[in-house]
Amino acid sequence: MGILDFLKRKPESTATVARERLRIIVAQERSTRGAPDYLPMMRNELLEVIKKYVHVDLDAININFERDSGHEILELSVTLPEGKPAAGNPTRNEATIG
Amino acid sequence: MTAEIIVVTSGKGGVGKTTTSASLATGLAMAGKKVAVIDFDVGLRNLDLIMGCERRVVYDFINVVHGESTLKQSLIKDKRYDNLYVLAASQTRDKDALTQEGVEKVLDGLSGDGFDYVVCDSPAGIEKGAHLAMYFADHAVVVVNPEVSSVRDSDRILGLLASKTRRAERGEGPVTQHLLLTRYNPTRVAIGEMLSVKDVEEILGIEVVGVIPESENVLTASNNGIPVIVDANSLAGQAYSDTVARILGEVRPLRFIDVPKKGFLQRVFGG
Repeated sequence: MGILDFLKRKPESTATVARERLRIIVAQERSTRGAPDYLPMMRNELLEVIKKYVHVDLDAININFERDSGHEILELSVTLPEGKPAAGNPTRNEATIG
Repeated sequence: MTAEIIVVTSGKGGVGKTTTSASLATGLAMAGKKVAVIDFDVGLRNLDLIMGCERRVVYDFINVVHGESTLKQSLIKDKRYDNLYVLAASQTRDKDALTQEGVEKVLDGLSGDGFDYVVCDSPAGIEKGAHLAMYFADHAVVVVNPEVSSVRDSDRILGLLASKTRRAERGEGPVTQHLLLTRYNPTRVAIGEMLSVKDVEEILGIEVVGVIPESENVLTASNNGIPVIVDANSLAGQAYSDTVARILGEVRPLRFIDVPKKGFLQRVFGG
């Protein structure tokens, strides 16, 4: 151990890594909890359709499923990539199907 | 007066459900309550070993459900506490032997016999056995280890408790959720090798009802077939006593969550 070791940036502790990974996965799993089983497949198929027209990643599609008293809301938002606006629209477009 | 049903569950296996069920049931009995603890792990009976009554099992849970024995014949009276009874799991491999109606019949029977608490030791997973163990619950003790897969699984279980229980289905108010952190090692938490109590509470959005330190006494207790809560000298036993008191409504501060301070002799001689 050199005497200048204390100047080096300490690597992130594994507990911190675990905490951040869990935060993300737990939030993601909660958002689709209780939603129908076909949701992931539908998400992929929708992505295929959208890809025909715009170049987007899977991450760009956000599906939210909510159950209110008596009715269910399926919210789908697609973040379009920057720099390639769809015909005269601003760079970031969000389409929502209610 | 109906019995309070408490399920001990986790999703992931090997986190300490049976150890917790045994100590929770014993702790409630030590507090003067009439308690039955039921092993829901059909095919993998183990609670009897932890409770130290494995050689006295004659009839089991499935026998009662099928009407092959009465509840009275099947309940095994604890050696230490007169007001504590164990109902062993069946060793049959037929998982369908347990039905919702059957479980309800047994729980109603226990209520009728004047039991204050019924502790349901859930099997791991989210299959039928785990579902039936939680379905009739008023309280749930979700056992979690400070480890990624256990934390994620307990979040799923918390979700199921909020939707797939009789209380949820009937709109009778939520199942009271108690998060119990087990196998906690304050030394490893201090050096950033283990999730802390606060981390787990923040990720799951629920406060802990207790923290059980990782302790060699847990293995010793299971070797002897004595629930660790009976060992009042062990830290794990004391932490379980605190937990039971909190579930009964007492306010007690968390203990054993900081690195233990070394005594003078330990500092001089090491250890």
